[in-house]
Amino acid sequence: MSKISGSKAIVKCLKEQGTTTIFGFPGGAVLDLYDAIFHSDLHHILVRHEQGAVHAADAFSRATGKVGVALLTSGPGATNGVTGIATAYMDSIPMVVLTGQVPTKLIGNDAFQEVDIVGITRPCTKHNYLVKSTEELVPTLREAFHIAKTGRPGPVLVDLPKDVVAGACHYPEEEEINMASYQPNYSPHNRQVEKACKLIMEAKRPVLYVGGGVILSGANKELTELAIKLNIPVTMTLMGLGAFPGTHELSMGMLGMHGTYTANMAVAECDLLIAVGARFDDRVTGKLDEFATKAKIIHIDIDPTSISKNVKVDVPIVADCKSALAAVNKLFDDEKTFSLTDEANKHLPWFETIHGWSEKHPLSYCREGDIIKPQYVVEMLDKLTGGNAIITTEVGQNQMWAAQFYRFNHPRRFITSGGLGTMGYGLPAAIGAQIAYPEKCVIDIAGDGSIQMNIQELATAKQYNCPVKIAILNNGFLGMVRQWQELFYDKRYSSTVMDISPDFVELAKAYGAVGLRATKTGEVESVIKEALATDGIVLMDFVVSPEEGVYPMVPAGKANTEMLLV
Amino acid sequence: MKHTISVLLTNKPGVLSRVTGLFSGRGFNIESLCVAETLEEGVSCLTLVTKGDENIVEQITKQLHKLIDVIKVTDISEKAFVEREMVLIRVKAESHTRAEVLRIIDIFRGKVVDVSPKSYAIEVTGAASKIDAFIDILRPIGIKEIVRTGIIAMARSKK
Repeated sequence: MSKISGSKAIVKCLKEQGTTTIFGFPGGAVLDLYDAIFHSDLHHILVRHEQGAVHAADAFSRATGKVGVALLTSGPGATNGVTGIATAYMDSIPMVVLTGQVPTKLIGNDAFQEVDIVGITRPCTKHNYLVKSTEELVPTLREAFHIAKTGRPGPVLVDLPKDVVAGACHYPEEEEINMASYQPNYSPHNRQVEKACKLIMEAKRPVLYVGGGVILSGANKELTELAIKLNIPVTMTLMGLGAFPGTHELSMGMLGMHGTYTANMAVAECDLLIAVGARFDDRVTGKLDEFATKAKIIHIDIDPTSISKNVKVDVPIVADCKSALAAVNKLFDDEKTFSLTDEANKHLPWFETIHGWSEKHPLSYCREGDIIKPQYVVEMLDKLTGGNAIITTEVGQNQMWAAQFYRFNHPRRFITSGGLGTMGYGLPAAIGAQIAYPEKCVIDIAGDGSIQMNIQELATAKQYNCPVKIAILNNGFLGMVRQWQELFYDKRYSSTVMDISPDFVELAKAYGAVGLRATKTGEVESVIKEALATDGIVLMDFVVSPEEGVYPMVPAGKANTEMLLV
Repeated sequence: MKHTISVLLTNKPGVLSRVTGLFSGRGFNIESLCVAETLEEGVSCLTLVTKGDENIVEQITKQLHKLIDVIKVTDISEKAFVEREMVLIRVKAESHTRAEVLRIIDIFRGKVVDVSPKSYAIEVTGAASKIDAFIDILRPIGIKEIVRTGIIAMARSKK
């Protein structure tokens, strides 16, 4: 068999792994690879900043479930990508990031555009590699894809020295990957499943607490089946939104710091908490000592380190959420000693309590005539898209309002930086999702602060005809930080006033996009309608009530039951 | 509580920094760390001693196992085990103390590995507590230099 160049081998291997689209930015160390891409039918999206490439690849993955791929050059190209890699790592998104590196003989020499990116990304990747010979390129890439998408997914970085890519190698035949040191466990332990089912049968006030793991493992059907079959109310984390239909009567919405009153009260009062693909993050639990104190806890997660990390659990099930939930469902279906209807009816008093909470404190906000309320904008977006858009967000108030007021009925429709909380995520993410689904409506719900962190990607959207819609909730503040200053720093708005911003409508025009503005409540609907009817990029600037806060809110360090309400 | 953890890992570049980075990044302690190859090519054994309550040690073992290059993690201090450490000590040995130093070395079954007119370099092997005792007893005589290997350990076989 004849040899091929390292760069051709990489492109061939990417395609073998099912990659059709990559997001990147060229540079000296990756010239060979870009030349091979030039000769291939690989779809390369040229971003305007490397952070954008990694976020777009990440969102491509979140929208499709496939492995996202980004390609960056050495040195500053690679370091610019680090925020994107950490974002994907915190939310367990399967991704392969390829970085150029200086030639092997120059490594360690402080060469031009050299940086130890393997060292830098060690704590924020699932795994990473420096490829030292051309023959190792393909096996390493295959391993990288395997690690990225199996077990608890995550980003894997592969650093490619220039001479390694320029060299020649045999293209090895594909074979099954078997790594002695990496064997994620997918199937649940039967005894644990039986124990879990027993606890569920005994429970009078159960709650399903659902995280992003359910979406990652594609377990939304199994989850919905369990919840409906046994009449168990569901609350979701930020990452879990869409795993269960948000408009279903069993849905209590999001829990935690900005969760609904109902969800937080239900978790505090439940006698059984069934955590699925969630990790008891501090934004979810509030004060740990007072989290779900009356409950026994079942925890299903594929990552053993997530179990009993923050909260001691009674029945751990280390397994893929889909397999575990399917096993639980099957056990209930096979069980002949009781009727499912009786079991479901047993929870009716619990539902009365829950409905009482929902009636007492539903998600709401105060309307103020002509002044646009940001929540109203999100509500209108929900209404006018029929809840069917792919929503990306920036980070801060815009993100929380999107999570609260847009009701997600399907998984992979809400694309947001949960764990790392990366401002500037939403626009490149919208591009990544739009590239994956050119026909779908993709909307970035943004703030005037965070949209400016990666606004250069408007040019990327324009170049590739991505008709993304951007809804800026423009309050002239770094709103979430301002809200904390209002509540806990006696309204000393230190460096959160952003009264100097570009004219977003004109800015949109400068990028060849359509810019629209609404300054009164009455204009919101028509602006959204016009944006949705426009075939192309539309940036909507909603001038909203400047000091609106996100409520409910659990102050940091407080118990989830100590919510500040509207 | 002290725990002695044995970690089998594939001997790839950077694997040690993955382990130590995990400890520093998550705020775990390392009291000592020892690593060398095993009989199997490309596989090393790392023995580390750490301190922490039950929850922390559970996290440490799980997090270690999560590293892609780690094959097996055993908290060997959970059951009966043997531990050994070696120390090299250079101690003052002048005419009036030379005989006493040699007696102490004999008691601890040590060996003199280097001699100069004014000092002995001594090698002693044993459990960490024995090494500590040996150091304590030599301290009044005058320790000039000391190097410890850190603990290696092995689980006792089942009876």
